[in-house]
Amino acid sequence: MAEKESFWKRLLNGLRKTRDNFMKSLEYIFNGFTNIDDDFYEELEEVLIMGDIGVRTTERILDELKENVKEEKIKEPAECKQFLIDSIKRQMDVGDTAYDFENKKSVVLVVGVNGVGKTTTIGKLADKLRCEGKKVMVAGADTFRAAASEQLKEWANRAKVDFIGGPEGSDPAAVVYDAIVSCKAKNTDILLVDTAGRLHNKKNLMMELQKINNTIKKEYPEAFLETLVVLDGTTGQNALVQAKEFSEVTDISGIVVTKLDGTAKGGIAIAIQGELGLPVKYIGVGETKEDLEKFDSNEFVDALFYTGE
Amino acid sequence: MAFDSLSEKLQGVFKNLRGKGRLTEEDVKAALKEVKMALLEADVNFKVVKQFVNTVTEKALGQDVMNGLNPGQMVIKIVNEELTNLMGSETTELRFATGGDITTIMMAGLQGAGKTTTTAKLAGKVKLKGKKPLLVACDIYRPAAIEQLQVNGQKQGVEVFSLGNKEKPSKIAKKAMEYASKNGFDVVIFDTAGRLHVDEEMMDELVSIKDTVDITQTILVVDAMTGQDAVNVSSTFDDKVGIDGVIITKLDGDTRGGAALSIKAVTGKPILYAGMGEKLSDLEQFYPDRMASRILGMGDVLSLIEKAEAEIDQEAAKNLAKKVKKADFDFNDYLVSMEQMKKMGGLTSILGMMPGINSSQMSQIQDAVDDKKMAHIEAIILSMTPKERENPKLLNPSRKRRIAAGAGLDIAEVNRFVKQFEQSKKMMKQMPNMMGRRGGKMRFPF
Ligand SMILES: Nc1nc2c(ncn2[C@@H]2O[C@H](COP(=O)(O)OP(=O)(O)OP(=O)(O)O)[C@@H](O)[C@H]2O)c(=O)[nH]1
Ligand SMILES: [Mg+2]
Repeated sequence: MAEKESFWKRLLNGLRKTRDNFMKSLEYIFNGFTNIDDDFYEELEEVLIMGDIGVRTTERILDELKENVKEEKIKEPAECKQFLIDSIKRQMDVGDTAYDFENKKSVVLVVGVNGVGKTTTIGKLADKLRCEGKKVMVAGADTFRAAASEQLKEWANRAKVDFIGGPEGSDPAAVVYDAIVSCKAKNTDILLVDTAGRLHNKKNLMMELQKINNTIKKEYPEAFLETLVVLDGTTGQNALVQAKEFSEVTDISGIVVTKLDGTAKGGIAIAIQGELGLPVKYIGVGETKEDLEKFDSNEFVDALFYTGE
Repeated sequence: MAFDSLSEKLQGVFKNLRGKGRLTEEDVKAALKEVKMALLEADVNFKVVKQFVNTVTEKALGQDVMNGLNPGQMVIKIVNEELTNLMGSETTELRFATGGDITTIMMAGLQGAGKTTTTAKLAGKVKLKGKKPLLVACDIYRPAAIEQLQVNGQKQGVEVFSLGNKEKPSKIAKKAMEYASKNGFDVVIFDTAGRLHVDEEMMDELVSIKDTVDITQTILVVDAMTGQDAVNVSSTFDDKVGIDGVIITKLDGDTRGGAALSIKAVTGKPILYAGMGEKLSDLEQFYPDRMASRILGMGDVLSLIEKAEAEIDQEAAKNLAKKVKKADFDFNDYLVSMEQMKKMGGLTSILGMMPGINSSQMSQIQDAVDDKKMAHIEAIILSMTPKERENPKLLNPSRKRRIAAGAGLDIAEVNRFVKQFEQSKKMMKQMPNMMGRRGGKMRFPF
């Protein structure tokens, strides 16, 4: 329970800025309006879209709300609040999120476009898993970006885990191969693979990813493969396209949304789960190794709408 | 792709508009609802969109629509024009310090926006302009950020100044300036750590660099994929640190890039360059008008606009043709046709499309309205009184002298132009078929 409480605190804290603005606007709407009319719905639409929830998901949420208001003959704007919370939770329902890889021999492949926070997330995750008593290795399969390997090595030091890499310009699949061999020899539990940032519309780079994917499947079939797409929380609707495109070349099992410690509302998490049905598994709320949290959509929505301090 | 269907939807609405004779308020509203959706899906900030839609509604419902044109075409045109207006139509260049001072450029932005790569790219651009740039590593926080800048600097053949990650960025900046003036560098570019705009301490760090070093230009680096928050990010950076220009990164992705519009609308600061790839040469001049059409995301609809414009021109051409037949073509008409010609991409391209013109006529015409002379001609006509423009016969020597003075030209030039105007008039009577023909390309009375 103590762990649970601290998580709540962290989440609330990380989302403070998010929540403040979002909440203020919502409270204003629910308590400031006396009637449920077009203006009311329009204001609501504005708040949701400003949160990056997206036009479609917003439309769906509002349609549901309108229908409900009609059916239940709701007159008070304030009464809409709980319904809205439930509706968003329903949108986000993707069943139970599995973290099986944590307790198996596994490979976690981390992919995403440039600068979203892949390397940092790996550092944080490595630390977390090592603290849970797992034997962890990180592999620097970003052989493209200048000093990417040094960056990951520094994170490996911070997290006190093994590191393996290759020279700039070398074949990333070869690095992964070496890492797998090393994992087997050292009886490592979890191998985290960092990849180069790539825009999802670059075909050759996406093929390279597929090759890495195949190497893992071929050389390490006994391992459980978890593929995480990292999305930047400040990204707008393109995040949906990114997740979709990455799922075409790899078997995406989860999403990580980073940088939720800014003012971005992270509404993209709602859109991702609502429109793509992919589970958000972790969120990044800062730059230190502790700033990674497991994601629970119910708690996320509650935190978004939480008013007391 | 998620956006395609919207584009189609918008097209559908516009088609419906085109089918009707007159534009009602409901029509405008319906069309603009789709425009609004398209812009929101492109991540243009909600408030910016709202403002935009209001502006367009006002214009569309105004008298502009009543000019006897197809009202649907008018709405399309206004949407595109307003978008281009908002985005700005001119490219903006990097500003350098004057009078032998060292130009100093500070890069700023959120984490992961692409500052370090962009810094190295910019150094390459600056070098191409014949300058000697120095890169300064002021990101002392992110692991291996300094190494990244060093590797990229080496690739660009540009020196990197670093004091490791133990000194304060403002101190690094100060030492870098000393080093630069001692060693003959004329441009110094500071790479700084990524930071959240809500992180007071980190924002103060940028301010303290600015307080220590006289910064010529602060450039905000923004990821093209940024969502609704782009407005908060850019306005906070502008308020707290002060920005002079923007570089948009990762435009080689498939994002519609509405953030660019939001940033421009909120800060009014020009976008200088666009990052178009991971190679250090992938930094391009930013074209605001192209961005406008990318955000709208509908090349096909835009070609409809062009068609609409061509039709508008045709309307004017028909009026012109009537006048020519009656031989009451005056200087006002000349101005109008010059405007049309500018739109068509200059004289030479148009002449090429005119059948039945022989080479002597061609050179005569070319002489009369050479593209370079257009500006002079415009100045001459604009220096005439309304009466003179309507009645070329009024132009006596003393009037011509006044006109020449007004246009800032030699009287000989005014004489030449008036003479050629009379010639063109005669020529037009000989080629009545050139006017008002289909295709609208042969209507220029020169
Ligand atoms: N504020 C904040 N910053 C973060 C978070 N996650 C990552 N960052 C920062 O974002 C920047 C980019 O992170 P990286 O981990 O290098 O991103 P990447 O995806 O590996 O980047 P490339 O390998 O260059 O594609 C770094 O400055 C990180 O410190 C987060 O949750 N919050
Ligand atoms: Mg990385």
